[in-house]
Amino acid sequence: MAEHLLEVSGLSVDFHTAAGVVHAVRGVSFHVDRGETLAILGESGSGKSVSASAIMNLIDMPPGHIAGGSIRFDGRDLLRLTDDQRRQINGRRIAMIFQDPLSHLNPVYSVGWQIVETMTAHGVARDHARAEALRLVTRVGIPDPAGALRKYPHQFSGGQRQRLMIAMALAMKPDLLIADEPTTALDVTVQAEVLALLEELQAETGMAVLIITHDLGVVAEIADRVVVMNAGEVVETGETDAVYRNPSHPYTRKLIGAAPGKGEMHAPLSPTAPVLSVRDVVKSYGEFRALDGVGFDLMAGETLAVVGESGSGKSTLARMLLRLDEPDSGVAMWKGRNLFTLPPAELFALRRDLQMVFQDPTQSLNPRMTVFQLISEAWVIHPDILPRARWRERVAELLAQVGLRPEHAARYPHQFSGGQRQRIAIARALAMEPQLIVCDEAVSALDVSVQAQVIELLDRLRREMGIAFVFIAHDLPVVRDFADHVMVMRKGRVVEHGSVRQVFEAPREPYTRALLAAGLDPDPEVQARRREARLAAAL
Amino acid sequence: MPLSATDTIPQEPGALRRLARMLWADKFALAAALFVLLVVVLAVVGPMWLEGAATRQNLRGRNLPPFSLAQGWLGVLGADALGRPLLARIIVATRNTITIAAGAVLFSAVIGTMLGLVAGYMGRAAGQVILRLADVIMSFPSLLLAVIVLYILGPSVANLIVVLAITRIPVYLRTTRAEVMEVRERMFVQAARVMGASRWRIIFRHILPVVLPTLLTVATLDFAFVMLAESALSFLGIGIQPPEITWGLMVAQGRQYLQTAWWLSVWPGLAIILTTLSLNLLSGWLRIALDPTQRWRLEMKGRRNG
Repeated sequence: MAEHLLEVSGLSVDFHTAAGVVHAVRGVSFHVDRGETLAILGESGSGKSVSASAIMNLIDMPPGHIAGGSIRFDGRDLLRLTDDQRRQINGRRIAMIFQDPLSHLNPVYSVGWQIVETMTAHGVARDHARAEALRLVTRVGIPDPAGALRKYPHQFSGGQRQRLMIAMALAMKPDLLIADEPTTALDVTVQAEVLALLEELQAETGMAVLIITHDLGVVAEIADRVVVMNAGEVVETGETDAVYRNPSHPYTRKLIGAAPGKGEMHAPLSPTAPVLSVRDVVKSYGEFRALDGVGFDLMAGETLAVVGESGSGKSTLARMLLRLDEPDSGVAMWKGRNLFTLPPAELFALRRDLQMVFQDPTQSLNPRMTVFQLISEAWVIHPDILPRARWRERVAELLAQVGLRPEHAARYPHQFSGGQRQRIAIARALAMEPQLIVCDEAVSALDVSVQAQVIELLDRLRREMGIAFVFIAHDLPVVRDFADHVMVMRKGRVVEHGSVRQVFEAPREPYTRALLAAGLDPDPEVQARRREARLAAAL
Repeated sequence: MPLSATDTIPQEPGALRRLARMLWADKFALAAALFVLLVVVLAVVGPMWLEGAATRQNLRGRNLPPFSLAQGWLGVLGADALGRPLLARIIVATRNTITIAAGAVLFSAVIGTMLGLVAGYMGRAAGQVILRLADVIMSFPSLLLAVIVLYILGPSVANLIVVLAITRIPVYLRTTRAEVMEVRERMFVQAARVMGASRWRIIFRHILPVVLPTLLTVATLDFAFVMLAESALSFLGIGIQPPEITWGLMVAQGRQYLQTAWWLSVWPGLAIILTTLSLNLLSGWLRIALDPTQRWRLEMKGRRNG
């Protein structure tokens, strides 16, 4: 048997916590060959990141503890090396890039200094390192490379920062690049570019890439083989295509089934008088036009998806509707009244009708309040909704409605998983008995399988209670199964607005088409076709 | 620890029992709590109990060294320049010391926090006015301010508390404001605004509980500062006047004998250190005990028996 570049066998990692020993990784084995891309696919808590950290010696010990197994890299067992020998390998032969480049670049040094530093730390002469840094930054496609080296991390966009991280990782020409969710924080079009860059660089240098992701689309786009992890164990390994076509493990099947964008699209409702009609909203921050003449109509029980990349103004629009920010001009008629000019007293009464579910439930729920306090706060603020005697009963009802149990009322938010927390946030919104819920990236922070459940819950509430939704997302597939109408935004303007079927099947605008093409399909074959189309378009 | 839908919820014990159990789990905090309790008890009963012994002069026992029982158990820590037993004097001084320190810390913390909350959450204008006011207090030498005020009002425990409180307000104000500016942008505050929560509800229900642990820590550290500031004023003759005593004053009085009779300053100094240390340990424990996301650390420790 030929020697693999990296071979992890029987790796087990335990964490000693106050609640006892947690087996984060149990008997995990996989290997990566030179020039190959292996994806580790798993949801949060599956142990995929811990496995990668073990390779890079990044696990804090204690509380972490490698309980067993071996990690052989180029014939040597990394777990038996001294710290000094490990340092010779880390950064030089194995490099790593992370999800959030901003927090992994030092804000007080220029990026040029930091790239040079990675090289001088491994004994490269400074002059040589400078020249090499310039070459790398040029290679990863940063405009004005010489000037860029003198700039600081905050002066770059998210995609550029990830390119810089890649440049830094490649400085020592590593044999293996570990990428931990490298594109999760990026817009879809930028994500496609960064993944393409990774592929090109891999072809040029012949390095092996180990990519850690929760996104089937990323796997389909880039990986040769895939390892599926769940609850600290490898449940399935194989060629990407084969695993997608014939998943053998129920978990893999569930994961593939949960990928959004495959269900029946909504047929448009028969038009009635709109409950909310927004016209010509303008908002500027200094010179910057965040919103430039945005307008739409929304009927009762209808879902409008607002899709756009970061900076498109979609979140600003949501904040305007809920009066968290004031627009410069425009009207939003809600049942015949202009939301933007309501005096505070009337606005207070109207708060009941309009509610919001935020992106990250970890942050939108006060960590010091119990679930009961969180949900019943609605009735403290609006005492006319419900008499105090019925609070307990109603909280139990609401919890049941969103798929939690009444006993959970006494617990604090941190004791729940991400999906459960978002359910709590939805229950809190429902406590107000609203007629419109604005969801600002409400499922973006959740795992794919949880995402599907939450969307299903929202759709059920829409059907049963006739609640209208404004659903803000950066990802088109997510809104496909859920929205009635889709509004695509870019740089503060509405690019395209139409029924979900029209936008997905016959997009009129080039930008919408580009967005759809940049989206990653979980099906490797579809993805391969898209890639070819993209390359053909680029030539 | 995420829980599944099938998890059963154990009956939560009462809040008091829970606190007691968490205190038991942290032995340092337990010792600190006992010491603070002792100090409070002495502050209440001390003067009535040992007033006589603490003021009785004994010129034959001047600067009596500690660790001898020749003068009875009260003389175990030695005696001062007039032969008064130090242990008795420390106990009697507890009430004045604690009243002044606790009073000053409490007033400055409450007023500073309120102003800080307003400055941080309300609009720019109110914030600017309050901040400039704080700058004025901070830029004015606090000792000078104290001297002027006490000279005009006359030295008394109440006036001393007022003066010390005023000089310490900016500390809380600035800390609170900085924290509020950060917390107000958090998503759960936005969520409360969407629900229509009033400003006061947001400030007291959502922001204050997050800021409070920091302020508690600052306050316990300030406790020592206030005790020493009070001794400086007493030393200048505008604070507490003999025969009234405080720990700070005892430290100051012992200073001239430092080379010949160290115990005059060291014992009251030790009392100040121990009190501050205990309060600090206790506040650290309280910070964890009151935080639902951290509480398990204490609850687990007790169960596992270390």
